[in-house]
Amino acid sequence: MALEVDKIRRDFPLFQQADKEGWVYLDSAATSQKPRSVLAAMNQFYEQENANAHRSSYALAERATLRYEAARERVRRFINAAATEEIIFTRNTTESINLAAFGWAGKFLRPGDEILISEMEHHSNLVPWQRVCQSTGAQLKFVEFDEQGRLVMKQFHQLLGPRTRLVAVAHMSNSLGTIHPMEAMIAAAHRAGSLVLIDAAQSAPHARLDVQALDADFIAFSAHKMLGPLGIGVLYGRRSLLEEMDPLLFGGNMIGRVEHLKTTWNDLPWKLEAGTQNLAGAVGLAAALDYLDELGMEAIEAHDRMLGQMAIQQLCAIPGIRVYGPPDAHGPVVSFNLENIHPHDLATFLDQERVAVRSGHHCCQLVMKRLRVAATARASFYLYNDEEDVRRLAAALYQAKDYFKKWL
Amino acid sequence: MALDELYQEILLDHYKHPRNKGRVENADLSVELKNPFCGDEILLTVRFEQDKISDMAFEGQGCVISQASASLMTEKIKGLGIDDAKQVIERFQRMLKREEDEHSDAVCSAACRHHASDEELDELNALQGVCEYPSRVKCAMLAWRSLMQALEQRKQTP
Ligand SMILES: Cc1ncc(COP(=O)(O)O)c(C=O)c1O
Ligand SMILES: [Zn+2]
Repeated sequence: MALEVDKIRRDFPLFQQADKEGWVYLDSAATSQKPRSVLAAMNQFYEQENANAHRSSYALAERATLRYEAARERVRRFINAAATEEIIFTRNTTESINLAAFGWAGKFLRPGDEILISEMEHHSNLVPWQRVCQSTGAQLKFVEFDEQGRLVMKQFHQLLGPRTRLVAVAHMSNSLGTIHPMEAMIAAAHRAGSLVLIDAAQSAPHARLDVQALDADFIAFSAHKMLGPLGIGVLYGRRSLLEEMDPLLFGGNMIGRVEHLKTTWNDLPWKLEAGTQNLAGAVGLAAALDYLDELGMEAIEAHDRMLGQMAIQQLCAIPGIRVYGPPDAHGPVVSFNLENIHPHDLATFLDQERVAVRSGHHCCQLVMKRLRVAATARASFYLYNDEEDVRRLAAALYQAKDYFKKWL
Repeated sequence: MALDELYQEILLDHYKHPRNKGRVENADLSVELKNPFCGDEILLTVRFEQDKISDMAFEGQGCVISQASASLMTEKIKGLGIDDAKQVIERFQRMLKREEDEHSDAVCSAACRHHASDEELDELNALQGVCEYPSRVKCAMLAWRSLMQALEQRKQTP
């Protein structure tokens, strides 16, 4: 069923602000807006249920603990994990990847082992692996991408070898919008005896994520890109891997028995969640997942893809534009450059036209290097955008060309 | 249109016809800086004669603001004594500094018009509009930060 965008927009308080009237928000890949139900759930937690979890035994604290653990179960259900213990709350995708990198790879990799990533990765799925390789002596290998912005699959299969211990890739690229053939990549990696970490920061907001069907080993994503609050994210891990890995942080609540000189760890998932956690954040994330499920991830995926396709079509028709990424296998993230207009100047112009896009390297300097550009402009679409937003973007781009004409 | 206050004619001219573009021969110092926010790049080369900046040039790529600012800077600074150059840097920084108003999170549309133009800065006043766009201040400052680094290095190895 198609999404009723007008109705959806009314659920988002930010779009109701007077100064946001006629404003087109096209930066959901950076962070999404939040529906009222998410804000209300967090408020309710703070106003009526706030206490620390897993510490005290009075009724209020029991309630806070229940709410937090219920949020974990909500996440499990959303991604169809086998067990709630496989859901670890973190601050964001970046922390989730770091946890897997240092907790698992840092512990088990040896000199000569290999980690295979792509040149299209967000710095958050690149820099942690550089560090792990520096400390373990493992080697970092890169799959490149072609002119269309697709991973070179032939090279991927060549690079996968007996020494590959881990493949870490984003499901959808945040810079080019490319959706990678994840199922095939996971199957090939497993055949080669490697584990797979999926950076789902961009894909989780837009499509059903079924970790058992995907058969992934680690999955990382952030609540704030999928209608949830800032400051909470998830690392999903196969139970056996979470069991054998080390914590990243040490201290309160992650402990079993503490002695003067040594300590045992708590059970999963708490072993990997040191210190007081973001309870309200977890509650807000659960409310966001309710909202998404209510609309239906299938409907959301169809809607977002349609907007992405429409944007590619309308933008490609503009003379002097370069749209990056493949024409198909493309999510609702569209990167582009207008000839002779720096994306930074372009973004300032679009802002004046009340169209919010991002310009820059999008935390993907390796991508910019391969495209031989310093930066791109990027429009990203979500469930509260509609066809009119795409038209507004295209129209504003024509105006920008006109405005900057004298500069060329 | 408010945008015209940002993209002034003088900037257009400097962007299209950058002054002192290239590299100084026998430069004493070179500083390369990148604006991680949008990828603007500046390579500044400087030659000193005693306490005077006798020659300077820049190479780079990036947005209008970053490149025009670099061009304007070289024109203004070339030939100045180090102390005078430092004064110009300070005045320029002051011009771009937003008046912080704790009650308003909006950019300082009013505040920056409060800055009277600084006559000492001549054409550099064309960059005044930048202070309304906090993220663009970094673009305007890039060349100037390279100059500050060059002067700092000069101090350490005279
Ligand atoms: C593909 C991808 N990976 C990782 C991240 C990092 O997410 P966060 O900043 O929430 O940790 C992002 C966010 O921009 C992303 O798009
Ligand atoms: Zn810039």
